[in-house]
Amino acid sequence: MEILQNIVFVFFVLLTVISAGVVVFHKRIIYSAFALLFTFFGVAALYVYLAADFLAASQVLIYVGGILTLIIFGVFLTAKITTLEIPDETHQRYIALIPVALLGVGLFWMIFSAPWDSTLRSVEPTTKPLGKLLLTEYLVPFEVASMLLLAALIGAMRLARFYKKEEV
Amino acid sequence: MTFSTAMTSLILKSSFAIGVVTFVSLFVLLAIWLERKVAGHMQDRLGPMETGGWHGWSQTIADAIKLLIKEDIIPDAADKPLFKLAPYIVFAGTMASFAVIPFAAMLIGADLNIGVYYLVAVSSLVVIGILMAGWSSNNKWALYGSMRSAAQMVSYEIPIGLSLLVPIMLAGSLSMGDLVGLQEGGMHHWTIFSHLPFALIAFVIYFWASLAETNRTPFDLPEAESELVAGYHVEYSGMRFAMFFLAEYCNMFVVAAVATALFLGGWYAPIPFLDGPDVGANSSMLTQILSNGIGFFWFTFKATMLVLVQMWLRWTLPRLRVDQLMHICWKVFLPFSFVNVLLVSLWIALRK
Repeated sequence: MEILQNIVFVFFVLLTVISAGVVVFHKRIIYSAFALLFTFFGVAALYVYLAADFLAASQVLIYVGGILTLIIFGVFLTAKITTLEIPDETHQRYIALIPVALLGVGLFWMIFSAPWDSTLRSVEPTTKPLGKLLLTEYLVPFEVASMLLLAALIGAMRLARFYKKEEV
Repeated sequence: MTFSTAMTSLILKSSFAIGVVTFVSLFVLLAIWLERKVAGHMQDRLGPMETGGWHGWSQTIADAIKLLIKEDIIPDAADKPLFKLAPYIVFAGTMASFAVIPFAAMLIGADLNIGVYYLVAVSSLVVIGILMAGWSSNNKWALYGSMRSAAQMVSYEIPIGLSLLVPIMLAGSLSMGDLVGLQEGGMHHWTIFSHLPFALIAFVIYFWASLAETNRTPFDLPEAESELVAGYHVEYSGMRFAMFFLAEYCNMFVVAAVATALFLGGWYAPIPFLDGPDVGANSSMLTQILSNGIGFFWFTFKATMLVLVQMWLRWTLPRLRVDQLMHICWKVFLPFSFVNVLLVSLWIALRK
């Protein structure tokens, strides 16, 4: 059983990493958008391994159902997207090495110093404690986030709906 | 868990999955035949009558074989990898929802703690698959159809979510097993009737919104034969087309099954007398099989009845315009379901 779980785990890790690579490196933007589907899905599977079932379903619902659909719509509605040249030449190679090296060292330090807990836990109901926390301890951040989203919604509608006269 | 028990549970799960796929294929064969007969009789004609003898019962089997051996055409200008991948994504998204559908007390693929939420989440895969199909076909009708379909499905997910929230709040659980288990003991214990009028309003909103979610009339704008040819699957033929078709009819069953589980008492009979024998911890194998078999019968019976209502509506109502579609979603269903959710929470708070 352990072996089976490990095989599935490795499969999801490879799925996430390879599709993330496609997102970053593919020349055609539509392929990057569709590769994001597999990245989001793989990350959701990793959440399941951490016994966070609600978070995993939310990841799929919000990122695949909402954000990815929005991105693909954006690609569809952009004129002449198929002939669009994405500039991909590199500039200032040697200066860029410094932050990249710093980031790499930081990440590796974190990977090797963090106490990874690799025991598989059974999935306990997480929705009840999450809901309680959101409405007690984290009430203010929760409300602030919803106000921010509401403001973004109204702002987006304002931008999409009302033009100045000369812009029409 | 020892190795042998793990293997046994693995084999049990796999055979359940195979059973579900078999059931789904048989159901789709029946549903397509039924749809043609319903369409025929509603339009004062007979529908298929020849193939197989009795009322053309094997017409869909013949059609399925035809689709299997048909040439699989991929247009030259299509985006080939995406074109090939799209039907599988739509199909996978649809089949994934069968994992949590409670056919009977013990016939649930996985009774997840977040059952209903999982179901809503995986259905978003279908949207991506449809967008992929529309884009990769490199055909303007397919692209229009897929964008209409995606916009419609994303919009109608909100009233669906809000109306599903009502039985979830009343039961205090997201698990399918718990949600059905609370409706035991006759029709007046079913959520739809036990919490009048809130659950009834939620059920009506859910049922209408689910018609839009499955792209059925009166919300079948994505397919609109007269204006868009056939929507996102216009370039598909043979087996790939069959997969879209299969996914569409599976989706009809899935939304009907969710309505059955959450509102219409799931596997329980309308009168407790007709339920299967009670199953305890030490019941015999035969009692368990009998009880689950009767539960399975009631569940599929109710879900199939709802599918029949979907067909009936398809051949009764004309198609909506795009602006009417969005009007109904955002200005009718959404306010009603919000007020409904608020009233239900108030009622639950007062009852305590």
